[in-house]
Amino acid sequence: MSTKTKKRKELTPDEVRQELIKKYPPKVARKRAKQIQVNTGEEASTPEILSNVRTIPGIITMRGCSYAGCKGVVLGPTRDIVNITHGPIGCGFYSWLTRRNQTQPPTEEHENFLPYCFSTDMNENDIVFGGMNKLRQAIREAYDLFKPRAIAVFSTCPVGLIGDDVHAVAREMKETLNKEDPNHFVNVFAFSCEGYKGVSQSAGHHIANNQIFTHVIGHNDEPKEGKYKINVLGEYNIGGDAFVIEDLFERCGLTLVSTFSGNSSIYDFERAHTADLNTIMCHRSINYVAEMMEKKFGIPWFKVNFIGAVETAKSLRKIAQYFGDKELIERVEKVIAEEMPAVEAALAEIKPRTAGKTAMLFVGGSRAHHYQDLFKEMGMKTLAAGYEFAHRDDYEGRRVIPSIQVDADSRNIEELDVHKDDARYKESYEARKKALEAEGCEFSDYKGMMPEMEKDTLSIDDLNQFEADKLIELYKPDIFCAGIKEKFSIQKCGVPMKQLHSYDSGGPYAGFKGAINFYKEIDRLVNSKVWSFVKAPWSTNPELQATYNWE
Amino acid sequence: MTLLRHTPKDITERSALTINPAKTCQPIGAMYAALGVRGCLPHSHGSQGCCAYHRSTLTRHYKDPISAGTSSFTEGASVFGGQANLLQAIQNIFTIYEPDVIAVHTTCLSETIGDDLNQIADKAQQEGKVPEGKYVIHASTPSYVGSHVTGFSNMCTGIAKGFGRKDTPKTGKINILPGWVEPSDMEEIKRLTSMMDLKYILFPDTSGVVNAPLLGEYHMFPDAGAKIEDLKEIGGSKGTVALGETASGPTARYMDTEFKVPCTVLPLPIGLRATDRFIDTLRKVGGRNVPAVIDNERGLVVDFMSDMHQYFHGKKVALWGDPDQLVSLVEFLRDLDMLPVHIVTGTPGKTFEKRIAAIMEETKMPVPYKLKVGGDMFLMHQWIKNEPVDLLIGNTYGKYIARDENIPFVRHGFPILDRQGHQYFPTVGYKGALRLMEMILNVFLDKADRESPEAKLELVY
Repeated sequence: MSTKTKKRKELTPDEVRQELIKKYPPKVARKRAKQIQVNTGEEASTPEILSNVRTIPGIITMRGCSYAGCKGVVLGPTRDIVNITHGPIGCGFYSWLTRRNQTQPPTEEHENFLPYCFSTDMNENDIVFGGMNKLRQAIREAYDLFKPRAIAVFSTCPVGLIGDDVHAVAREMKETLNKEDPNHFVNVFAFSCEGYKGVSQSAGHHIANNQIFTHVIGHNDEPKEGKYKINVLGEYNIGGDAFVIEDLFERCGLTLVSTFSGNSSIYDFERAHTADLNTIMCHRSINYVAEMMEKKFGIPWFKVNFIGAVETAKSLRKIAQYFGDKELIERVEKVIAEEMPAVEAALAEIKPRTAGKTAMLFVGGSRAHHYQDLFKEMGMKTLAAGYEFAHRDDYEGRRVIPSIQVDADSRNIEELDVHKDDARYKESYEARKKALEAEGCEFSDYKGMMPEMEKDTLSIDDLNQFEADKLIELYKPDIFCAGIKEKFSIQKCGVPMKQLHSYDSGGPYAGFKGAINFYKEIDRLVNSKVWSFVKAPWSTNPELQATYNWE
Repeated sequence: MTLLRHTPKDITERSALTINPAKTCQPIGAMYAALGVRGCLPHSHGSQGCCAYHRSTLTRHYKDPISAGTSSFTEGASVFGGQANLLQAIQNIFTIYEPDVIAVHTTCLSETIGDDLNQIADKAQQEGKVPEGKYVIHASTPSYVGSHVTGFSNMCTGIAKGFGRKDTPKTGKINILPGWVEPSDMEEIKRLTSMMDLKYILFPDTSGVVNAPLLGEYHMFPDAGAKIEDLKEIGGSKGTVALGETASGPTARYMDTEFKVPCTVLPLPIGLRATDRFIDTLRKVGGRNVPAVIDNERGLVVDFMSDMHQYFHGKKVALWGDPDQLVSLVEFLRDLDMLPVHIVTGTPGKTFEKRIAAIMEETKMPVPYKLKVGGDMFLMHQWIKNEPVDLLIGNTYGKYIARDENIPFVRHGFPILDRQGHQYFPTVGYKGALRLMEMILNVFLDKADRESPEAKLELVY
């Protein structure tokens, strides 16, 4: 199989769709056809896209597993939890520092376990006779060495099969250790995030949300000092994004109670329920926590987006509107006014070189959507986009949730039965939410990616290597965005590739400063000289006649 | 602010918790080995995450595309077995990606379930899912046994089993098992063997596969890797030279037993004397004189050693990684009169400790050293805190120790995620010995240049 990028005659989106699936065996083609849709450019006629379904065996998928979603994505960025991977060594090893989550402990005294990898390194004996004793001992050794606030256990595939009860071990060790030293509270909890659960990382997100909600959130009722208290959910501080957002909040006068989970601390998670508002960045990975917190504590949530200058300003204004305080509204406007000149200057500089270029984005559960805003600001068109592990609501909007059929793979992931916490439920938020809704402020909603994409562009779920190569061949976009596994096959074709999971070595890309970084990065990529060197000078002029011209 | 500030100087016994491992799991090694067969798509029989993690790590190490399939287990497959998934995968892969070979390896998941690859591969064959002239080879690589090196070795045996046959007509060629080394190293081994004027079959051969040129087209299966027609002849070779006991020894012995092809197992040709042994073995088994050009290459190594001996002599080194690399590196460091005082491998094995002891004895190591088989980098760091060293040699993860303790650091081994060069420049052979010395010398002298008092800064080293 090889990919060349000879431009063919212009194909219609439907013809492209046919091209993508025509080589597949019939069964594969039928399924993939439902995962590839042509956008209509309007919400009402957005087509239904098949998503959050199994990847067909043998298809070279971009997806990872439930463990990666749970340990890698959601819990990985938190600096002060000792995260023990219970399993053979690989899973812990591969998720060790590879996602570029940055963290900044306030002082040298504060814990930071991010550079460490903890594992029970199960061997054959543990698989045959069970690994619970080893896990118990590993928790004991972690506790004795580090005396952390929390120890979390992450199950890998064989753990579920051999029937190790990780939750029982966690409960037991929590009790034992806290009895031993009642003055030092240690939280111990476990995640049944075996890699085979669900169909992608998404199952792991849900499992992570459930356990954090059950074991951590609400542990400490002492509120953080300050006005306008909010949480940011689904921001993982890759390349320093969370630092930019924290800086913006501080200048606006907002109090950030906790971020799930970029640059985060378990102490902040414990009092996340004392916030007045939940804002969601990555809808897919964390909407469960927001929903559960609203049910239990009455905290409203809405979607924000700090990717792109326009969206950042919009999100800040919406937060200010929520609190409705004149002082805050003015401060937010002031910050936006301070930031925008640099953004506009940067755009004026790069736009002549980026306008009219084309992009494709296949990444994550929100970035394929959010980063389209940045490309739009640069005058670039998104030809095709899709998610790795999203559900229909991320594509089509939350309005379709009632019509989503829950299949066996999703049913296996627990839905927590959450009840109102009468003592801590804040009734006052309900009234405020209603009043604001009457003004047109939307809560608990996400419109999805597809309605915002232009007519005749493509939305493709769980894109695989074959289809990626075909897209490159048929469209030759000016830039392609996905993950590390996809990066170099794309670049071998002479098309620059930007990683949007880990940002390559770049970032931050959030907020106004991040937008400027991204403009410059894309300008660098699409205008790099290197792509002009792909063909050797003699390849276009194969004649062998020589004229010696020594001068 | 130090990065590994929770690592205490006091060492306490740990029996269950591994911290900062010095190994990873079998399947990634199997995937890497399978990439060294021309037209081969590695396939991970397990859940998607394994394949994604292995591809990501190999991609970050090589900055090149690493393609591999997965059986994409879900909960159902984990309960009922993965046969249906693998059969479907085989059919889809041959239809869509059109490789010549699929090399299937297991994972801890499929091993715990007890999937039998032999039987599933047979069934695929019987059901006509393997097109004429195409192959499905396989290896059992449970992640809870051994390490990534074991997986590499198991897939090498899988390749030998899949293609080699007893009673193959004699070819007069030599099988060379390069061990788990970089594509640049495999290239160098081939260059040296060709210079010795020998006909050989080297497998696996990842050179040109995971360090492919950018030519404006992407080929999932580049024209590189060990050729199937060659692999079919391994049973007819007159002997096998296996490099690296852990990675290559078992496959060499398998071919000895099954195909009656006798073998010599040598340490990886890293450093002067290990390369000497390799060349000398080729000379004897091939019946060829060593050409002057190789003598010259060797002479450059000795020249460098003598020129710069003062900077190497007496320097303490901590190193971690895979047994085959460590054995040869320790010998080379000793030959430079350096002092490898802390040695850790995560890979379990019985012979490693003895081999290091033999080298230390033979080279009259003047100071005691610490060694741990099945150890981790947390322990190594604790050792360093108790007995500081002048140099670290190991994979990328050493950078946190290097920074905290301000120790010069040479990256060697797997994975290297933050530097380039390993794909392009060998550390095996005489050229590799030169490069290793250059790398070590540079980190020493860079530190001296950075930290010498103004009055003492040297212009000439």
